[in-house]
Amino acid sequence: MRILLIEDDRETAAYLTKALREAGHVPDHAGDGLTGTDMALAGEYDVLVVDRMLPQRDGLAVVAELRKAGAEVPVLILSALGRVDDRVTGLRAGGDDYLAKPFAFSELLARIEVLARRRRPGESETAYKVGDLELDRLSHSVTRAGKAIPLQPREFRLLEYLMRNAEKVVTRTMLLEHVWDYHFDPQTNVIDVHVSRLRAKIDKGFSPPLLHTVRGAGYMVRGPRR
Amino acid sequence: MARGGRIVSTTAFKLSAIYLAVFTVFALVFVLSINFAANRLFNQQISATIASEFSDLAIAWNEGGVVGLINAIDGRSNRPGASLYLLADSNGGIVAGNVNAVATEFLARAVQTPAVVGYTGDDGVQRVAMVQVVRLSGGLFLLVGRDMSERERFAEITRLALIVAGVLLLGLGLVSWFFVSRRVLRRIDSISATTRRIMAGDLTGRLEVAGTKDEFDRLADSLNAMLERLEALMRGLKEVSDNIAHDLKTPLSRMRNRLDAALASADREAGREAMAAAIEDADQLIETFNALLTIARIEAGSTDEHADEVDAAAMVRDIVELYEPVADEAGAAIVVQAEGTQPLRGNRELLSQAVANLIDNAIKHGRPADPATPPSIRVSVRRDGNDLLIAVADNGPGIPEEERGRVQERFVRLETSRSTPGTGLGLSLVAALAKLHRGRLELTDAGPGLLATIRLPVAVA
Repeated sequence: MRILLIEDDRETAAYLTKALREAGHVPDHAGDGLTGTDMALAGEYDVLVVDRMLPQRDGLAVVAELRKAGAEVPVLILSALGRVDDRVTGLRAGGDDYLAKPFAFSELLARIEVLARRRRPGESETAYKVGDLELDRLSHSVTRAGKAIPLQPREFRLLEYLMRNAEKVVTRTMLLEHVWDYHFDPQTNVIDVHVSRLRAKIDKGFSPPLLHTVRGAGYMVRGPRR
Repeated sequence: MARGGRIVSTTAFKLSAIYLAVFTVFALVFVLSINFAANRLFNQQISATIASEFSDLAIAWNEGGVVGLINAIDGRSNRPGASLYLLADSNGGIVAGNVNAVATEFLARAVQTPAVVGYTGDDGVQRVAMVQVVRLSGGLFLLVGRDMSERERFAEITRLALIVAGVLLLGLGLVSWFFVSRRVLRRIDSISATTRRIMAGDLTGRLEVAGTKDEFDRLADSLNAMLERLEALMRGLKEVSDNIAHDLKTPLSRMRNRLDAALASADREAGREAMAAAIEDADQLIETFNALLTIARIEAGSTDEHADEVDAAAMVRDIVELYEPVADEAGAAIVVQAEGTQPLRGNRELLSQAVANLIDNAIKHGRPADPATPPSIRVSVRRDGNDLLIAVADNGPGIPEEERGRVQERFVRLETSRSTPGTGLGLSLVAALAKLHRGRLELTDAGPGLLATIRLPVAVA
């Protein structure tokens, strides 16, 4: 997908551009807020990655300007600040996601791919299906191979998020943010334990496994390889 | 010369000088007023004596006429300690008496009231006397007077007393000033010397307490208490910097070694593994920095930023739900007592993080020493008057009482927990968060175990 990176730090930009290209994307780079706004309005991008502190025009102002111009492209805001209230102001300015520096590239990549998916139709799907695993959002029921699997409310939301983003890497932080609505680092592998409990319910006794651990990045729900 | 200037500029000297001046003025006023009163008394007595002499002589005059008067005067004139008598005609010619001569204009002038005049006595000495003159029929003047050298002698005595007292006062003042100032100077010099030594870096120095319970002792006590606190703070600071050095340097050097090994490694897989481990080290460092920054930010912040109505009970139930599987894996049972709603004004995210830290601590460090006892964690939310208490208790080894204040400081970790992973910032963060919400973190004994309570004031509805 086409990604516009608005970042003034050359080294970070070079590293991210290279890594995004290696991940199969087509990144463009703008070094300041004004150029970035122009490029974003002119080009067709799937996702914007905007640093918060930029020369010429501040990152938040860039997002606000784009939204005013009617651009609906998803925006991920990068910031070295990472304060609780910064996240709030960032999202209020029109950002769709917020990532504090420093971050692992895998985290950024996972978030970009999930953000881009939101643009595609199917956002209002009422049911998800991965392999023989089915989740019905209306009746709050989960079945695998036609067999009902009872889940706790939180487990249901966890699986719902994983399945909505099926075939994509979902990081622990993303799960903590979207399933639990916490933005702090819990220090312990709390998410891992929740995921392994969920895995025990949906994968144990079935084949093939659908909930995978992606080493060094997070988790992924993926259907059987054809 | 410098020494002299120093003495003059001392407080002791200034105080002594002021005392001396005040005493002198008082003594002067005292002596002068006595002198004045005594003079008045003398004058009254002399006037009375003169008046009675007149009345005695008047009797002699009435009984014996001029001759009787002259006889009476002659008789009285020769008594020891006699008054002054003079009977003169209108030209100043002396008729009788023990006065040699008197100015006629004086006789004319000083008729009515007693007046003080100077005269030369028989011995040729200048004296002062109080005299009264009465004009008799036949152009005669009768003068009766009384020598006042007695009064002068008294005045002389008081003057002398004043001088002696003054000299004594000055002497005593000088002596007391000398001793007081020497004593005071010595103590102040000792205080200055000690403080200079302390300023030079020796924080263990203490001021001498003489045990006299005077203001110097009180000053020394206060300064010593201040030094005690400073020393404790410096110790804490040193400990924090030691801990920072340890906690940041260890993963940094480990990371460096791993990258070094990865670079040298011919085996691709081993190199990758080393690099993955190095990334983990970097993550730990970032985590430490994030925690440090969060604490710093919270300590500088105010509660009113992003404060919302939070249901503490629901918040605690959510956090317990998040940690329950982890506790379960660690073999610990979490019991939560948080029924209904407990409204609170605060930041849900930050308060959740505080409770999460406490539960995380309980799971990591709250393991009972006896492996046969299963770890148990109790989390509760309850009201205590106007305070809301969020408590996390474990049944582990607890924290020794003397360490409970210290573990809330940054990077302080108990020796027993150095080996377990963690930043050493968890409790400092909780303490900072509690303070941000105008509350505090209380660490007490759960008997056995640690009872960590976040005490938050809630506005009474």
